[in-house]
Amino acid sequence: MPYTAQKPEPPESPDELRARIPGWGVDSDPADRPSVPKERFDPGATGAHWEFPDRQEELRPRERSIEHAMLTPVFGTAQPLTGLSGVIRRRAYARYSEGRLAHWLLLVLGDRVDAIENHLASFATLRPDNPITETGVLSEPGHRPISSRFGKKRADLKHMWMDPFLVAGPWIASGIAVAVVASRVVKRVRG
Amino acid sequence: MRAMVYRGPYKVRTEEKDIPKIEHPNDAIVRVTRAAICGSDLHLYHGLMPDTRIGHTFGHEFIGVVHEVGSSVQNLQVGDRVMVPFNVYCGSCYFCARGLYSNCHNVNPNATAIGGIYGYSHTTGGYDGGQAEFVRVPFADVGPQVIPDWMDEDDALMCTDALSTGYFGAQLGDITTGDTVVVLGAGPVGLYAAKSSWLMGAGRVIVIDHLEYRLEKARTFAHAETRNFLEYDDIVVEMKRTTDHLGADVVIDAVGAEADGNLVQHITSAKLKLQGGSPVALNWAIDGARKGGTISVMGAYGPLFSAVKFGDAMNKGLTLRMNQAPVKRQWPRLFEHIRNGYLTPRDIITHRIPLEHIAEGYHIFSSKLDDCIKPVIIPSAS
Ligand SMILES: NC(=O)c1ccc[n+]([C@@H]2O[C@H](COP(=O)([O-])OP(=O)(O)OC[C@H]3O[C@@H](n4cnc5c(N)ncnc54)[C@H](O)[C@@H]3O)[C@@H](O)[C@H]2O)c1
Ligand SMILES: [Zn+2]
Ligand SMILES: [Zn+2]
Repeated sequence: MPYTAQKPEPPESPDELRARIPGWGVDSDPADRPSVPKERFDPGATGAHWEFPDRQEELRPRERSIEHAMLTPVFGTAQPLTGLSGVIRRRAYARYSEGRLAHWLLLVLGDRVDAIENHLASFATLRPDNPITETGVLSEPGHRPISSRFGKKRADLKHMWMDPFLVAGPWIASGIAVAVVASRVVKRVRG
Repeated sequence: MRAMVYRGPYKVRTEEKDIPKIEHPNDAIVRVTRAAICGSDLHLYHGLMPDTRIGHTFGHEFIGVVHEVGSSVQNLQVGDRVMVPFNVYCGSCYFCARGLYSNCHNVNPNATAIGGIYGYSHTTGGYDGGQAEFVRVPFADVGPQVIPDWMDEDDALMCTDALSTGYFGAQLGDITTGDTVVVLGAGPVGLYAAKSSWLMGAGRVIVIDHLEYRLEKARTFAHAETRNFLEYDDIVVEMKRTTDHLGADVVIDAVGAEADGNLVQHITSAKLKLQGGSPVALNWAIDGARKGGTISVMGAYGPLFSAVKFGDAMNKGLTLRMNQAPVKRQWPRLFEHIRNGYLTPRDIITHRIPLEHIAEGYHIFSSKLDDCIKPVIIPSAS
């Protein structure tokens, strides 16, 4: 009890633990652990044979955090910015530091706009988005959908039912938007 | 090539993409032979990480064969079987020079607060990941390592993230002999953290989760005591009761942003995205630790703020330690432990899924169906 000085005895002695658990205590010396001390100056240990890396070519303007003094010498080139989401994201990077809420909220907005842009664009391709196959729900049969979820305690059942709505919500919304726009167009053409 | 592709929250599919090209003299292109889905990927999959772009290929746990190398690569050759740490890092910046590989400053233009990670959104640098047939690996002389001949490929795969992270998490707990360690979360990271805590001399290891099948794994694989938090009115009181009302010396958060156990916290973060993450587990850690104790945070949170009980942490004199794991720094020691039989990382793999069925893989892992703990992805070409 913490009301007195001694630490409670562990239920098992070191000998018992050593017998029960392979390797018990082999890393007991806190000084002899790979990430101790946290910072260990040893630039020769990494395999890098440069003081500063060669610079990767910037083939198109690469967005970057304004907390960086320069474009990093190496960077990912996957999914360059495009469309309206690109404009929003570029603004988030160019205007606001990582310390600003606006930076992240604009990036979150960019993500939602990106999703809508891409879903709409997919309908003009041979492989339109398919929420049934892409959510993986077809795996349910064969992976014990009932017994995995029910008859046991699981905290996530309380909100799992929301997931289909989160997935379907944007579809329903864009369906309505498309219907509204289409009916206006039809009215104009007829009118 | 075939690659996993993100199509929006809860939606992924396999698509045809161009094989990545060498873009820097120290790049390598690796043909992936095995990849895994990590609990961190679920944060992307659920749309929680800002700047996750449609078309992005996830995957930061993978092993493979070197397919092509850039002009300055010295340590690798075409045909080498390699394991690749999840960190993209240069090896020469201020942080890499000090062993903080996960905090590299030369690889992520999008943010200064986080280093580079394969297939983990543009917030970690915009690199496509390894749930694909091929992947671009920057700084091939720094990150990747040839897989030792004696090592099982599944063990090598687990070293690229989950095992190294669990072991690193136990280290950040600064465990001393006889300590009581509570691990929140019985996913791959939590299971490995629990097992590693024993290596560091823990006197008691208690794993907490709500998924009974994972707690069973914690008992058998990690030799731990377990508590299902749903069986207690208040798990913090149980943490106190079972430690003679002292509290745990060390608590490891291996849950992160999507923690369950408080519906309001979960919905405001995981569903409505109003918080960087649900701090339920972190707050349990703060309340359940003893005064003067240490909390090691391995669970990942988004860049927005979270409602963390900071005042209690301060009043209790807690030490909070945390980071993305600097993976390769752990390897020499982990290799020894695997060789000696102290660690058998592959024991937690439950599912093998062809890359073509990636949507099923994500759904099963995310919904915790079929007693899934760790799914491995097999690209079609291998
Ligand atoms: N720091 C790093 O370098 C690093 C590396 C890998 C993973 N991670 C993070 O570690 C966390 C765990 O990863 P994983 O692959 O094991 O994921 P996982 O999703 O498989 O495991 C998380 C576990 O936590 C349980 N859980 C949920 N709420 C809980 C609560 N309130 N208390 C206790 N348990 C709870 C879940 O049931 C699940 O079993 C994730 O947040 C992931 O992003 C960090
Ligand atoms: Zn991971
Ligand atoms: Zn670096």
